Amino acid sequence: MSNTAQTWQDIEPLLSVQQLSKFYAPGKGCGDVSFDLYPGEVLGIVGESGSGKSTLLNSLSARLAPDAGKVIYRSEQFGELDLYAGEESLRRQLMRSEWGIVHQHAADGLRMNVSAGANIGERLMAVGERHYGDIRARAEQWLQAVEIDSNRIDDKPTQFSGGMQQRLQIARNLVTHPRLIFMDEPTGGLDVSVQARLLDLLRTLVAQLGLSVIIVTHDLAVARLLAHRLMVMRRGEVVESGLTDQVLDDPQHPYTQLLVSSILQN
Amino acid sequence: MTIMIDVRGVEKSFTLHNQGGASFSVLEAVQLQVVAGECVVLHGQSGAGKSTLLKALYANYAVSSGSIVLRDGEQRVDITTALPRRILALRERTVGYVSQFLRVIPRIPTLQVVMQPLLDLGVDEAVCEDKAKDLLSRLNVPERLWSLSPSTFSGGEQQRVNIARGFIVDYPILLLDEPTASLDAANRQVVVQLINEAKARGAAVVGIFHDEDVREAVADRLVDIRAI
Ligand SMILES: Nc1ncnc2c1ncn2[C@@H]1O[C@H](COP(=O)(O)OP(=O)(O)OP(=O)(O)O)[C@@H](O)[C@H]1O
Ligand SMILES: Nc1ncnc2c1ncn2[C@@H]1O[C@H](COP(=O)(O)OP(=O)(O)OP(=O)(O)O)[C@@H](O)[C@H]1O
Ligand SMILES: [Mg+2]
Ligand SMILES: [Mg+2]
Repeated sequence: MSNTAQTWQDIEPLLSVQQLSKFYAPGKGCGDVSFDLYPGEVLGIVGESGSGKSTLLNSLSARLAPDAGKVIYRSEQFGELDLYAGEESLRRQLMRSEWGIVHQHAADGLRMNVSAGANIGERLMAVGERHYGDIRARAEQWLQAVEIDSNRIDDKPTQFSGGMQQRLQIARNLVTHPRLIFMDEPTGGLDVSVQARLLDLLRTLVAQLGLSVIIVTHDLAVARLLAHRLMVMRRGEVVESGLTDQVLDDPQHPYTQLLVSSILQN
Repeated sequence: MTIMIDVRGVEKSFTLHNQGGASFSVLEAVQLQVVAGECVVLHGQSGAGKSTLLKALYANYAVSSGSIVLRDGEQRVDITTALPRRILALRERTVGYVSQFLRVIPRIPTLQVVMQPLLDLGVDEAVCEDKAKDLLSRLNVPERLWSLSPSTFSGGEQQRVNIARGFIVDYPILLLDEPTASLDAANRQVVVQLINEAKARGAAVVGIFHDEDVREAVADRLVDIRAI
C-alpha cells in the first residue's frame, strides 16, 4: 500500500518526539508523549486547562528541559539534532532562525518599548542582516502582509490594539522564514471578530509558506480551522490523536467525547 | 474495469461513553466495490447508516474493523490505516465529498471559496476563476453574490456554493450526501448533469439521494444499507 510507497517514505519528519515527559508533580505536566511532525503539517494540541499543553509545547520548543525522552529536530543548517543533548547556544540560534514562537500574550513575544519596525528588524539583524534600507523595506512588507498599515512602522506596540499586536508578533516571527512555528493560544483574549481575522491570516500564511506548526488551543473551532492533526490531552497524557475532523466528528475516548459535546459546534 | 473503491468487511459501532457507555452497531460486514465511471446510490431508511458509510469512505469516521481501499493513480491506499497526511493528500486531488452543508469561513468571498480547492493544486488562478464562475452560473448563483462571503446567504444558496466547490476539482472519486436536498427542480437538474459529466470522465461516484428523479437519472446500481 502507498504508505510504504516511495514518495511517502522519502519525506522525513521535521520533528520526532520520543517518550517525552515533564512533570512538576504527579498529573501536573505531560508524560510519555511521542509523535512525528512532517514538513507542512499543522498539529493542534487541545485539552482542558491544566492538562499540560503549555508544558508540552515549551518542552518541544527547547524552552523547558524534559525529565525524560527526546526531541529530534532535522535542521536545515545543522542536520539532525537531539535538542536537549546539544549546546544551549545552538537552541538559541534555532529560535532566532528556523523556528518561530508566537506567545499568547504579545508582550511576551514583542519588545513593547521599541517601534513595530524595530521589532521586525531585530529578528532580521539576529540572522545577520545589516543593510538598514533593506531591513526597513522588509519590515514594511511584513506589516502589510499581516494587514497593518505600513505607515504605523514607527509606532510602538503599546499604541496597537490587541489584535494588531498579535499580528505584529506573527510578522516578527515570519520575517526570517522559519520552518517551524510554535503557538500557544495565539487568539486567546481577542474579540471574536478580531480572532476570525487573525485565524484567516494565519491559515493563509501557513498554506502559502508551507510552514509546519504546533499550536496549543482550547478552542476546538480554531483547531478545526487550522490543524491537520490533533492531540487531545488530559491530566498530562495524550488520550487521543489523529486527523482533526475524525477526532472531532468521531471521537473515541470518553474525555474527547465530553470535550466535543460540551462545545457548541459551528 | 478499474476498481476505485474497495470496501471489505467494514464494521462500525459507536460507544457513547458519557451516556452510560451505550454501544451500538451501525454497519456490519459491509462489502462494496465501485468502478470508474459508475454511480452507486446508497439506499435505506433513516438512521440505517448511509451517511456513516459515506463518512467512513472519506476517513471522516473511523471504522471498527475492515478495510477501505481507495485508488490513487497507480497506488492503492487503505484509509483505515493510512497516516493523516496521506489522507489529506488523497482529499486534495483524489476524493471529494459534498454534503448539504457549507462550512463557512468568515470573510472569504464566494468565488474564492469555490476556487480554493483547485488553486491548492497549483492550477493557474485564471483557470480556477473561469471554472468557478462557470459552475456558479450553471447553479444559478447570482453574479452579485460572488464577491460576498456566503455566511449571510440563504440555505439553498449556500448549498449551491458548496456544490460548486465540490465539483471544481475533477476528483476521480466523488462522495455525495444528499447534495440536492431542498434544491428546486431546475437546480436539481444541474446537479444531475454535473454528476453525469463526472461519470463520463471516469469518476466513481457514491451518493445518497432522496429524490426519486435524481436517483433515476444518475444511479447505475442501488445498494441497500439496512438498519441493524
Ligand atoms: N513552573 C511550574 N511549576 C509548578 N507547576 C507548574 C508549573 N507550570 C505548570 N505547572 C502545573 O502543571 C500543570 C500543567 O500546566 P500547563 O500550563 O501545561 O497547562 P495548560 O494545559 O497549558 O493549561 P491552560 O489551558 O490553562 O494554559 C498545571 O497543573 C500547572 O499548575
Ligand atoms: N458521530 C456519531 N456518534 C454517535 N452516533 C452516530 C454518529 N454518527 C451517526 N451516528 C448514529 O449512527 C446511526 C446511523 O446514522 P446515519 O447518519 O449514518 O444514518 P443515515 O442512514 O444517513 O440516515 P438519514 O437518511 O436520516 O440521513 C444513527 O443511529 C446515528 O445516530
Ligand atoms: Mg497553557
Ligand atoms: Mg444521512
